[in-house]
This record gives sequence, C-alpha cells and structure tokens, in this order.
Amino acid sequence: MGIALGAVPISLFDRDPTNLFILTQIRLPRVLLAALVGGALALCGAVMQGLFRNPLADPYLLGIASGATAGAALVIALRLDIYWGAVPMGALLGGVLAVAIVYRVAQTRWARLDNYALILSGVALAALFSAVTSFLLFYGGASHDARRLIFWILGGLGGAQWLYVLGLLGTLLVAGAVLVLFARDLNALALGEEMAAHLGVEPRHLRKILLFAVTLLTAVAVAVSGTIGFVGLIVPHILRLIVGPDHRLLLPAAALGGAVLLTLCDAGARTVLAPAELPIGIITALLGAPFFLYLLRRRAQLGASL
Amino acid sequence: MIRLESVQLGYDGRLVLRDLNVEIVPREIFGLVGPNGSGKTTLLRAISGRLPPQQGAIYLDFRHLSDLSSQELARELAALEQEISCSFDFTVREVVELGRLPHRERWQRLSAQDREIVTRALARTHTLEFADRGIHSLSSGERQRVWLALALAQEPKVLLLDEPTAHLDLNYQIEIMELVRSLAKEQNLTVLVSLHDLNLALHYTDRVALLSEGRVVALGEPERVLTEELIEQVFRTRVRIVDGTGERYIVPLGSRQGVLS
Repeated sequence: MGIALGAVPISLFDRDPTNLFILTQIRLPRVLLAALVGGALALCGAVMQGLFRNPLADPYLLGIASGATAGAALVIALRLDIYWGAVPMGALLGGVLAVAIVYRVAQTRWARLDNYALILSGVALAALFSAVTSFLLFYGGASHDARRLIFWILGGLGGAQWLYVLGLLGTLLVAGAVLVLFARDLNALALGEEMAAHLGVEPRHLRKILLFAVTLLTAVAVAVSGTIGFVGLIVPHILRLIVGPDHRLLLPAAALGGAVLLTLCDAGARTVLAPAELPIGIITALLGAPFFLYLLRRRAQLGASL
Repeated sequence: MIRLESVQLGYDGRLVLRDLNVEIVPREIFGLVGPNGSGKTTLLRAISGRLPPQQGAIYLDFRHLSDLSSQELARELAALEQEISCSFDFTVREVVELGRLPHRERWQRLSAQDREIVTRALARTHTLEFADRGIHSLSSGERQRVWLALALAQEPKVLLLDEPTAHLDLNYQIEIMELVRSLAKEQNLTVLVSLHDLNLALHYTDRVALLSEGRVVALGEPERVLTEELIEQVFRTRVRIVDGTGERYIVPLGSRQGVLS
C-alpha cells in the first residue's frame, strides 16, 4: 500500500518505464527504509526503557540525536556535503561520539557507572551539541543549509536509496539478534541491578553490550533518516500493553510495530500535502504526543505504574 | 556451608566490619542483628558475592567465593534484597520463572521440569492462586511471598534474606518467618537472615550474631546472645526479658538515662 501511494498514484502492476523506475528506485527503497527505521527505533526504545528501568527512556537518551545532528551540521557548514554520503557519515560519527563521551564521563566521574550519571551526562552533552548545531546554523547562515538541517532534525525518508536499506538491514539483523539474545537478562534487570546480579546476570556487563548494540543501530538509523521522534518512545509502550512486559516477546513485537507505524506515517507524510512533503517527525509527534498523554492519564486513573 | 575467615569488609577506605570468623552450617537459620548501620546488609552483600572482602576469605562449601562465576553462584545461593521493586508489571509466574535463569543457557527455553519447579515454588509459598496476576496488584505481604518463591525456584543451598519482615504487618511478619523456618528444614537450606525485630530473632533463629561498631559482639544461641545487658549496651535502650507462656519476650523500657538528653 505504501508503495502504491504517492504524489503520482501508481498501480503495483504498472509496466510504464517511468513509473517502474519510480516504484523500484524511489518508492520501494523508501517504504523499506521506513519500515527498517521504525523497527530499529522501536526496538532500541524498548531496550533502553528496560535497561534504565524508566518508561521515559528512548533511543536518544544518551545524546545520540543531538550528536548526530551536530555531526550533520558540521558536514554541511564545512561544505563537505558535496561529497556523496558525507552527511550520513558525519551524523553516524557524531552520534557515536556523543554516546562514547557520555559513557566515559559517567565512568570516570563516578566510581561505578550508574544510570543517573549516564542520564545526566547525556542531558548535558545534548545541550552542548545543540549549541554547536545552533552556532553552525547561525554562523553558516545560508538559508538553503538551514532548511536542509531542519528537515534533518525533523527526520525524513526522502533520501532513501538501496544502499541505505541494505546498510540498515544488516545492522538491524546483527544488533537485533544480540538484543533479542539478551532479552531474558533485561527481564531479570526489571527487579533491579542487585537482584539481577543475584540471578547470575552481571548488570555492568549487560549494560555495556546492550548500549553498544543500541548505539550502533540508532546511529545508523539516524544517519539515513534524521532524528525521527516519538517512535522509539511510544511504540514500546503500546506493545507492552498488548503483549506484556516479557522482553523476549516485547522486543520482536516492538520492532514489528515500529515498522508498521513508520511505514504508515511516511505514507501520510508523502500524501497529505502532495506534491509537497511533510517532515515525518511532525506526523509522529502529532500522533505520538497525544497518545502518550492519553496513556499517562489512563495509567494515572488506574493508579498503576507505567 | 558458609565459612568466613578473618574477613574485613568496607567501601573505598571506609571500614564497616572486621575480624569476622563465622561458620554457618546447613539447615541452620542464622540471624544477624544490630543497630542501623552496624553492617548487617554489608555482610549479606559480601556473602552474596557482590562485595569482595578487603581482607580474608569467604568459602561456600569449601570453594572460594571469588572462584565462582555469578551464574554458578546463583545456582548455589539465592539472595533477596531488602526492598525489591519490579519496574514492569510482570505476572507473578513470570517473576518466579526468573529463578530458573541461572540453570538455563541464554538461548534455552524453560523445560517442563523448570515449569514444574516454578509451580512447586509457587505452591509452597501459597502464591499459586494469584500466579497469573500482575505483580503490581499485590499487597506487600503477598509480594514478599513471591520473592521467596523466586528464591526457591533457584533451588539454592543457601538463602540470604535482608530484613524480610520490614514494612510488613504483624501477621505477615509471623507468616514469612514461619515459612522460612519450615523451608529451611524441609529443603535443607542454610538461611542467613538480618532482622531488626529482636523478638523475631529470638523465636525464629537457631543462632544469632550481634553486630555493633564494626565487629561481632556476641554469637551463639539467641537466648544467650540477646540478654538484657548486651541489648542495653549495644542498642542503648533498657529492655526487660519477660517469660510468658513458656516463651521469652524482649520488652523495651525506654532509653537509658542520659543517652538521649
């Protein structure tokens, strides 16, 4: 359905060469990329919520989004974006760098790496990288650059190509396999780090492996699609309501749910104002924020915790 | 069996307990009592393998504790923290199934035998009737029994409990301690339990160690350790031990003159 929808409606069985090109080289990779990005973000969100035992955690918690944005902004400001693939590469490096710094800071400032130290240094670093982005935007000045960057901050799948699809697919398969393999350890972690340790799960070891996989997967997703919000926060909550909190089931279910949701959102982004295109982040936030508020309200009424 | 040989415990230069020489034998309920901050939780952390001793050695069945991986240790020893919370609303059965983790490899599913062990643990702690309810819907007394079921599902030889009766109503305190006592006997468990209620220690432990100011002040049968003189000295509170219907009870009289003023 997502393939057939678009500024130019095309039947899936069309044989016209122009339309065939649109289908196989533009729409198909875009739809697949939407599904992969949605799946990756929702999967990473579910893992982060389990890892930090916090319902407000999402894949961007440790500053990956602002790091990636700053990386992309730097590439654009330095006029390196004439080189093919430079912007996604800058974003990838920026995102990974941000998490690496957060991790190092939390590890050295506090004797043992604890969750609060990680979250707080994530917040601080996000502010720092946002300042870098703002400066580059202000200093660079060209309105063309600013538009590009804004589209990037709001996220979008307009740049989809087969290479992105394959790159993200590969990362998702590897990182996803690792995350699902450690799903049962996340279940134990729900009882707290000390209890998990008493059950034979080394919490520090677990955190290192999971953060590495989540960072890699999120950074690749962000590099190819910008910082699409809310999918990684909302989808795990919805799926937890449906399939329950057992991560062995929740992680694959969240990935599937995220894929479906983002495919639909992207179809909306392409058609609502056709032929103009809406940044997908606007749609996910428009759908996601009210739903999240509803969820919070309902939980508050039931008197249950999230 | 657990043996501590001249063990010294502490955190980053802060000494908490020293000169610990204790041997805890199978099927024994060994109590830890002492004022807040006397090191009861620290000692339990050390025996659970979470806090390596600064000096000395801890043995579990003649094996050095630090030689065991955390998974091996979890098959031998179950430990319950003082305050356990579950961040997501798992069902009671799902929580108890976590006790089987140390017996399974990461990629293995629960076997029929695992499920049988889980069901038995639920039945033994009288939690089977609400096995399919969410853990968040239970009262604290019910939840404490679920944590015990989780520990039982590990099939441990040693059970460590950190103030299992804290924040429980009187009837639940008795229920938990009765349960622990019968579990120790029928499953050949060695139980190490910290208690702030001296009467529970008096009635439910076989031996008790009184901790104060960084060391074991007294160790032995509870009637010998929990005397008026020692309690008064360690807790700085006057107590009277009274005999009622063949049992002894510790009754506080108020703070010793001059201490609080």
